[in-house]
Amino acid sequence: MQTRELVIIGGGSAGLAAAVSAYDEGIRDILILERDEYLGGILNQCIHNGFGLHEFKEQLSGPEYAERFINQIKDRGIEYKLKAMVISVSRDKHVRYANETDGIVEIQARAIIMATGCYERSAGAIAIPGDRPVGVITAGTAQRYMNMEGYMVGKRVFILGSGDIGLIMARRLTLEGAKVLGVAELMPYSNGLTRNIVQCLMDFDIPLYLSHSVSKIVGREKLEKVVISQVDNTLNFIPGTEKEFEADTLMLSVGLLPNNYLLDDIGVIPSKTRGAIVNEHLETMIPGVFSAGNVLHVHDLVDFVSAEGRLAGHSAAMYLNGKLVKTGNYLKTIPLAGISYIVPQYINITNLEDKVELKFRPSKPMKDVWLITKIDGVVVKKQLKPFLIPSEMVNVSLEKGLFKEENQELTIETEVKA
Amino acid sequence: MDEILIIGAGVTGCFIARELSRYQVKVTVLDKENDVGNFSSMANSAIVHSGYDPEPGSLKAKLNVMGNAMYDQVCKELDVQFERIGSLTVAIYDEQLPLLADLVKRATLNGVPVKLLTPAEAKAMEPNLSDNVKGALWAPTAGVIDPFELCVHLMENAIDNGVTLKLNEEVVDIRSFGGIWEVRTKKNTYHAKYVINASGLQADHISGLVAPQTFKITPRKGEYFVIDYTQPALVKHTIFPLPSSLGKGILVSPTYGGNYIVGPSSTVIDDKEDLSTDKPTLDEIKKSASLMVKNIPFHKVIRVFSGLRATPSTHDFVIEEASPNFINVAGIESPGLASSPAIAKKVIEEFIAPKLKLFAKASFNPNVRPYHRFKKTSEEEWSKLIAQDRRYARMVCRCESVTEGEIRDMLARNCPPHTVKGVKKRSRAGFGRCQGGFCGPNVVAILADHYHIPLTEVPYDEPGTNIVKGATKEVGE
Repeated sequence: MQTRELVIIGGGSAGLAAAVSAYDEGIRDILILERDEYLGGILNQCIHNGFGLHEFKEQLSGPEYAERFINQIKDRGIEYKLKAMVISVSRDKHVRYANETDGIVEIQARAIIMATGCYERSAGAIAIPGDRPVGVITAGTAQRYMNMEGYMVGKRVFILGSGDIGLIMARRLTLEGAKVLGVAELMPYSNGLTRNIVQCLMDFDIPLYLSHSVSKIVGREKLEKVVISQVDNTLNFIPGTEKEFEADTLMLSVGLLPNNYLLDDIGVIPSKTRGAIVNEHLETMIPGVFSAGNVLHVHDLVDFVSAEGRLAGHSAAMYLNGKLVKTGNYLKTIPLAGISYIVPQYINITNLEDKVELKFRPSKPMKDVWLITKIDGVVVKKQLKPFLIPSEMVNVSLEKGLFKEENQELTIETEVKA
Repeated sequence: MDEILIIGAGVTGCFIARELSRYQVKVTVLDKENDVGNFSSMANSAIVHSGYDPEPGSLKAKLNVMGNAMYDQVCKELDVQFERIGSLTVAIYDEQLPLLADLVKRATLNGVPVKLLTPAEAKAMEPNLSDNVKGALWAPTAGVIDPFELCVHLMENAIDNGVTLKLNEEVVDIRSFGGIWEVRTKKNTYHAKYVINASGLQADHISGLVAPQTFKITPRKGEYFVIDYTQPALVKHTIFPLPSSLGKGILVSPTYGGNYIVGPSSTVIDDKEDLSTDKPTLDEIKKSASLMVKNIPFHKVIRVFSGLRATPSTHDFVIEEASPNFINVAGIESPGLASSPAIAKKVIEEFIAPKLKLFAKASFNPNVRPYHRFKKTSEEEWSKLIAQDRRYARMVCRCESVTEGEIRDMLARNCPPHTVKGVKKRSRAGFGRCQGGFCGPNVVAILADHYHIPLTEVPYDEPGTNIVKGATKEVGE
């Protein structure tokens, strides 16, 4: 059996950044396994711009952003395999993959970074009432057909969900000559970035129907009609509010889910985000197995995915160099009022470096609230936030000095400003 | 001219065709769909019932129990995945306990092995059973099967042994000329001495073309949830409530593939093509199922679907000679899947053999060429396949672990898929949690390559249901 110091599963934004940082910290025996025929992952189909403002201080398209990292991989001579699907990972870090060149290969890794990204919630998963015709497609799949294969999926399109891919695709379809009839969003607020609402919908006069969802899909074989209805505050349809759209395509942008299948398969209990449960070094419950990027929790911007990938690469290097102690004092992070989850879920205080970054999302839109972080009930940070919204991830950075070895729990909560 | 024409390539028609392929007789099967098993046979609970529930003495009871027993051999010959996982019928109220005792009597009359379990015994077998469980009936012979695979392999074997299959042939008229049936479809005309009407929901209409209607088929819709794999298993047996006049009730079961199915509802409708789902019904299914089984992960639903049962006005299967040499095999609702091997046997023994001398075909081969399934094969064996064809190492669908080699093999067989749905039904590519998000483009490309057609002409199902509409820059509103 082959052995490797570090196997990185997924050659997208998280995996590439992880590989570069592990290499730069001295790890040489690295293998990246990528299931597609190119490195770069989903960035390759994101031909719009807006990537890289944090990472490179300039606006790049997805493929350009990917290229910068791919060049770093090639400059360092880091090995990678393409069209290589990982079949399984075991608790003792055996990785099995298959591709046409190598057949089925089993590798004993000393450390693994899971960077397998996310997948789209489908029509089936949200049980849209009505028929199940052809013409209902997720936005990412439509994007792949359009931007990578060069094919259109429809001419008259209605979009359900105001996630960023849906918004980007509204613009993209319009520019390609399709008519985008509208976007319905279940919540009373959009789940996309504000800049995308403005640049992709408002600039093209595409209506956004907040607090609306698809109440019926009509069409036995091919989609004929999409009926939307307003929802009340318990998210149930309000009779009499139906609006009908004749459409050949219903595109779904109703959420992304961590593609955490390899750990799910071996029964590792996932977190609330359906990603892995990790500590401050992004190490999962299996020592030496790390998780970063959208497979851990879905991010807003690729720049943040790269940063998280880098942390995973750094952590894997530390692990391989024996610098992460296995035992130590663990503190649990707990989301309280107004917070839906926190990554990481645990902090090993013994292993803390100069600071730890906590990432989380508010559970609902809020204005003028205090964001309060406490360790064992004592406030360690209190920030006034004029605006919080679930579609924008929040970071709190805490210095190592705030922690004591005996600490038990850290909480984050919101409090309306008096 | 054919000796026997079968209308309908659902599970009943496929079984009859395969049974007839043992003999020196010319058989053609017509179906209005573009694939075998493309309607009721495709959308059901995928369960081979044990037979404790049908009215003793009915055809349903007799054929269910007989058919169930035939499944081991058939599945072995045809390389169909089938597992007798057993079922538990659970009482959750004290007043249901006498009903459970009645079921034991009924099972005994039907000749079905069952055992009454105490709540503790039932909970030991299924930890996720509701804490309210008051008792359960264990029927170890119940099984789960892949009904698509069953239909495809039956028809493949039938074709291997000489049967002709004509798809996209919707029957519009049937007449008799001097003892010969003339069957007209929208496109062609067929002649045969015998016609077997196995047309499912259309069986009353088809029968009505040749004889006064003696029965009516009413579509009874069942809606379902499909739930993703769980670790540990949610349930290991098929869990039924007590049956009622509406049917066997809403069940929770592993599928042969390892994920879970929850349903079906039971709604009588008028429209024989209405496969829509609706929220109130699905909410009701959730509520009902949760009474029997706790911790059902409805947040892991990957699909909802519905199927139509062909419910006969006679309340029992209709197997009869409607007109000389015209045989109805109708009203094959639940337990139709379990009964279908026995139905085929009955049709041939009672209606064909007395009239037509059936000579065994020396060349008959009961086996299909074994299928390769990545998920069920050792790495060593699979590596040998890869050595022969590298495409067995190209993973097309990650959720269900399906390789291009498997799909290419299906395309090279005698009952190949022509559509994305056909590939999905045979290989499971697209059945998993991402619902074709990843494998969809791969499958479309493989079909385009195999049939030498552009991507824009690869249908999902019916003609015109292509997923991509044209190249970018070409398609405007």
